[in-house]
Amino acid sequence: MAVFNLKINKKEYQVDVDPSTPMLWVLRDHLNLMGTKYGCGIAQCGACTIHLNGEAVRSCITFVDSVGDKEITTIEGLSENGDHPVQRAWLEHDVAQCGYCQPGQIMQASALLNEIPNPSDEEIENAMNGNICRCGTYTRIKKAIKTAANS
Amino acid sequence: MLGFNWLTACNTGSKESAQIPDEWFEINAYLKIGNNGVVTIMSTNPEFGQGVKTSMPMVVAEELDVDWKSVIVEQAPFNPDIYERQFTGGSQALRQGWQGLRMAGATARYMLKAAAAQAWDVPIIEISTASGVLSHGNSGKSAGYGEMASAAAQIPVPDEVEMKEPKNFSIVGSSKKNVDGLKIVTGKPMFGLDVVREGMLFATLAFPPAFGMKLKSFDAAEAKAMPGIKDIFSIKTYNDDYKRNRFDTDAFTEVVAIVGNSTWEVMNAKLMLQVEWEPFSAYQFKEEGWTGDRTVDVPAGLESTSGHIAKMKEVAAKAGRVVRKDGNPEQAFKSAAKIIERTYTAPYLAHFMMEPINFFADVKEDSVIVAGPTQAPEYVEQTISARLGIPVEKIDVQMTRMGGGFGRRAYNHYATEAAVISQKVKAPVKLVYSREDTTRFGVFRPTYHVTYRAALDENNNLVAFHAKAGGIPESPLHANRFPAGAVDNYLAEDWSINSNITIGAFRAPRSNFIGPAEQMFLDEVAEAAGKDPIEFRLQLLKRAKENPVGENNDYDAARYAGVLELLRDKSEWGKDTSKKNRGVAAYFCHNSYAAHVLDVVLENGEPKVEKVVSALDCGIVVNPDAASNMVEGAVVDGIGNALFGEMTFNNGEPQKDNFDSYRLIRHREAPKSIDVHFVQNEIAPTGLGEPPFPPIFAALGNALYKATGQRYYHQPFTKNSFDAG
Repeated sequence: MAVFNLKINKKEYQVDVDPSTPMLWVLRDHLNLMGTKYGCGIAQCGACTIHLNGEAVRSCITFVDSVGDKEITTIEGLSENGDHPVQRAWLEHDVAQCGYCQPGQIMQASALLNEIPNPSDEEIENAMNGNICRCGTYTRIKKAIKTAANS
Repeated sequence: MLGFNWLTACNTGSKESAQIPDEWFEINAYLKIGNNGVVTIMSTNPEFGQGVKTSMPMVVAEELDVDWKSVIVEQAPFNPDIYERQFTGGSQALRQGWQGLRMAGATARYMLKAAAAQAWDVPIIEISTASGVLSHGNSGKSAGYGEMASAAAQIPVPDEVEMKEPKNFSIVGSSKKNVDGLKIVTGKPMFGLDVVREGMLFATLAFPPAFGMKLKSFDAAEAKAMPGIKDIFSIKTYNDDYKRNRFDTDAFTEVVAIVGNSTWEVMNAKLMLQVEWEPFSAYQFKEEGWTGDRTVDVPAGLESTSGHIAKMKEVAAKAGRVVRKDGNPEQAFKSAAKIIERTYTAPYLAHFMMEPINFFADVKEDSVIVAGPTQAPEYVEQTISARLGIPVEKIDVQMTRMGGGFGRRAYNHYATEAAVISQKVKAPVKLVYSREDTTRFGVFRPTYHVTYRAALDENNNLVAFHAKAGGIPESPLHANRFPAGAVDNYLAEDWSINSNITIGAFRAPRSNFIGPAEQMFLDEVAEAAGKDPIEFRLQLLKRAKENPVGENNDYDAARYAGVLELLRDKSEWGKDTSKKNRGVAAYFCHNSYAAHVLDVVLENGEPKVEKVVSALDCGIVVNPDAASNMVEGAVVDGIGNALFGEMTFNNGEPQKDNFDSYRLIRHREAPKSIDVHFVQNEIAPTGLGEPPFPPIFAALGNALYKATGQRYYHQPFTKNSFDAG
């Protein structure tokens, strides 16, 4: 066990956990931030996606002792009131079915748009291919990303 | 015993405009009205993405005649004394709930009118409502529902009440956004895995790696010494004399529980657990089956996929059990001008719902609270009651939102396990299965096999049809479905092979195999007959409608033809000659009719679905955009399972357990576009979660035939090459 100081969603947190604990479980079990989801634990599904200094990473394989003073953003901190352009586009297109994968999809999509403000279909598919949606909302996700890009 | 839901402090849904009132007046079990006119409507069935949490309250709101903007939705608690059928599965929620939901809204509206009539001293017949406002035309008096709610709550609930004509619906039939949309996109805790309670411990299980094995012994010394571990012990999920209910499917009834302070710590401790498993001898258990009590035989053995394939081939060659026979099929095949015979197979499938298995339990001396993702809360309650000896009245089942179900979450061994563990450690416990364990525990979609034969006469008419279907451990046969009723000489047989690998419902059970096989076969028969595939089906359906063969034909030929006609029109079938690789398929299951046209191209030897056009007849469509979303999802799900879905076994052990080894469809493989069309009619809703799923497999298979010149008899399709023919 060791103490780690973490910057999450512009707030300071301190946790006392094993250094090999993935950020996914630090967020969920130690900081009560449930938006980041567990889907596979091996970075194959994207449900656990967070931002580290604005870059999308899979928190299930991001160990707490590798974060340092990088700024973490989770779905809870993407916006104040759910009004990030990606979130608004998701609501406009009524994307979600069960909703479990969507925080990860949104975090991945928002990182994509930071890097490529107007992505092509191929760029969207390449960036998003690591995020599985078992309910099959892929066509809506793509439409929402394009709407967010144009807003 | 309505428990509180500690997941949601403030249930404002996604409507910023719905403000919390000072006072609530409960009108009936489905709705309460605030003094400011805001209405809370309870959503009775568990939600797993099918959208009932939005569509069921829409039906109530329609008959209540309230502005949808004033509606807040809450998940109803499980309470079989108040609510009927709080079960999710079979595409039945709206179909079975329709009348009850309408009554709930209509009786409340009546009570409000009666309250206004009393308050204004006028006959009730002179009161009208519009979007949450009561009016008396003659005197010009009006009041919002909020003003009359208190008085309305005192009015006796009428036994009979007038309901709206469907043509006057304004909420039902208009698209409303997912009521939990804002919560979903902001990551609010909603799922079973998100449940937290003070003092809560975490648990995970160790169970046999292979079907056909059971616990022999374990040594927990090393594992117990791991950080954060409280206790490790074995549990039996059921008492020895227990008669299982039909959802107590469970191959691993004695397991080892690892209990500790966090998910990561118990998962790590499990790695250090030393445990021995051993093969078991055949055994039996008693079950309350679908048609009465029965004894279930569980065979011994460590089964492998190669063995399954060989065994199915062997049994399929023998005579099956005749389920239906019309005319004289033997004679018709003898004198046929052309016979086509084809065999189709498909492997076991795993559900892979995105949220892994989990459940929360807090067991006290004589009461229980459980919370988590379940499709079958009534069965959760029954099984836990029997296991712990606590009456159902003292068991509170809280239904969280489910991160997908697809049938898997009707089998709630994990709820019982959580309760048994909580009782043992005398603390609230959240049981979490890793993704690997979620897959390995079982309850798969069975493996299936069907051989079809069709006989054509010299004029290329279909004169005989023979289906012999089987599987492990059950047959997928639906003997009374199309083309039964359309063919003079018809024979349907089935067979099955017992197994100790557990199976259960998977989106459109049985239909999800036999529908695709039948629709791919009919495509070949149409080709052999020199007919257009849609026209071929329509001709048969015309016969089934005008001059049906036999009785008990389990479909409405006119509605079945209706979706094909709508689809032919909307897909411009036969008109757009640039579309060379088009496949069509249609199916009726779970009370609704679905048909798809799929366009595919090959890119670098890989199939790419360009477009799908879908036509559905599911009666009145309550929430059109959400209904489209569900059809789109079924299309994607079907393409993915047809191309990639495959669970295999070696010596009883599942060979795949995570997304790296078991392939699911991803963004890149999704269709570029999906257009969904609904037949407009006034038939009460008939369900939509499952019907669009079976035919899409066949539409893909039939389209791939156009692209490659090959037929796809054995799923997953990627087992075959996609070289262009």
